Amino acid sequence: MNGAEGLYRPGASPLHRLAPQAKLTALVALTFAVVATPREAVWAFGVYAALLAGLFALARVPAGWIASRSLVEAPFALLALAFPFLGGGETVHWGPVELSVEGLWAGWNLIAKATLGVWAALLLAATTPVASLLAGLTRLRCPQILLQITAFAIRYAHVSAAEVAQMRRARLARCDDPRFLWQAGALARSLGVVFIRSYERGERVWQAMAARGYTGRLPLDVGPAGAGIGQWSAAMAVPAVAAGVALWAAVGA
Amino acid sequence: MSELALHIPNGIVDIPTSLAFGLVAVLAVGACTVAARRGLDERLVPLAGLATAFIFAAQMLNFPVAAGVSGHLLGGALAAALLGPWLGVLCVTVVIAVQALLFADGGVTALGLNVVNMAVIATVAAYGVIALALKLLPRTRVGLTVAVFAASVVSVVAASAGFVLQFAIGGEAPGQTLGEVAGAILSVHVLIGVGEGAIAAAAVVAVALARPDLVHALKGARLAEAPTAKETARP
Repeated sequence: MNGAEGLYRPGASPLHRLAPQAKLTALVALTFAVVATPREAVWAFGVYAALLAGLFALARVPAGWIASRSLVEAPFALLALAFPFLGGGETVHWGPVELSVEGLWAGWNLIAKATLGVWAALLLAATTPVASLLAGLTRLRCPQILLQITAFAIRYAHVSAAEVAQMRRARLARCDDPRFLWQAGALARSLGVVFIRSYERGERVWQAMAARGYTGRLPLDVGPAGAGIGQWSAAMAVPAVAAGVALWAAVGA
Repeated sequence: MSELALHIPNGIVDIPTSLAFGLVAVLAVGACTVAARRGLDERLVPLAGLATAFIFAAQMLNFPVAAGVSGHLLGGALAAALLGPWLGVLCVTVVIAVQALLFADGGVTALGLNVVNMAVIATVAAYGVIALALKLLPRTRVGLTVAVFAASVVSVVAASAGFVLQFAIGGEAPGQTLGEVAGAILSVHVLIGVGEGAIAAAAVVAVALARPDLVHALKGARLAEAPTAKETARP
């Protein structure tokens, strides 16, 4: 992961211009609608996927990028694929193998909902820079202290990560040949050193801030811009459609 | 070591359970913020920020476990040993939230579940084990190694037990009994915990040797030197 930027892809699409607080709210609403949809309503998941695909096209995010970033859910996808073989109850025959009906539904439920959730989160991450995401969370009244810690963490994560990579390179340059488990010792020791350096950097940053008159409160009175009714209604349109679909599917099923 | 089955995605646990655990997470993280601020006052933001950056770096450190499979640390025990329970919970929470919002790792509806398992349960369990073990064991290199190793195993297994509990309350079991699910998940995580423990213990000992004042679990004390053969032989 590339610390400072997240997965942001610069662009100028309508989705990039939308207020971050509206996008965050829309993401939460959309994922709740998806999760609340009964799993038997296969068509509803098709509608959600089509909606998200349309938004990705609007934001000009290529499909290959989405596919490679969706791999974070791979461990759960494997779990979902195992369900039909583990489940009990009624079974269906598919060639030589016997699959549990209940397991098939559970696996489908997991894959569909998890994938749509990952896509929705990727859409937000791809169209929103980290700084605006934090600004959006401020507008949504997320506790300041957590946001400030997060801002520091993201700002310095790539420094700590670069230090880890640099120490590995230094070891390799000194004829270390890391293989398999043998590298664990060296790796753990360098992790210890990176912790010391990170903590010391934290103390230095605090001293510098104290020298500039910091007393525990960042002077961030310039609040992020509010979103108008137009922005909100544009952002909430897709979750509203999804909620309608979820309701329809729940009542119909 | 690997984060198999720990970043819960959307849809594996139902909405009422997710919301209930979300509330638990908010309360726990709020309490930790108050306690951490009491310890660090105005240094809290920069120090917690940099400590979180370290946990990011630690998690980024991928290393091969077996052919094609690579793992990374969860960091609960590492955070508990180095930063203490309050700051540790806070830092791991920030990591989990950033991973869910910026990297789509772990579902948005499951954020509360993930925070409860990996930040609150893992860190608090690890800290409990370390505090207890350091009371019983000598404060030497070996004692600290054993304490952190045991804490890592317990924290990873406790985090996965948290998932099993949430799954039992609000999950859709695919036909098999809960006992089978629990058995499979817990046994995998004992192995993960052993790997995590080896790395975390070596890292904490490395810090304890260089800067013992930075290891929260030692409370500022140096590691006692183990008596060498030469010294014990002397009258």
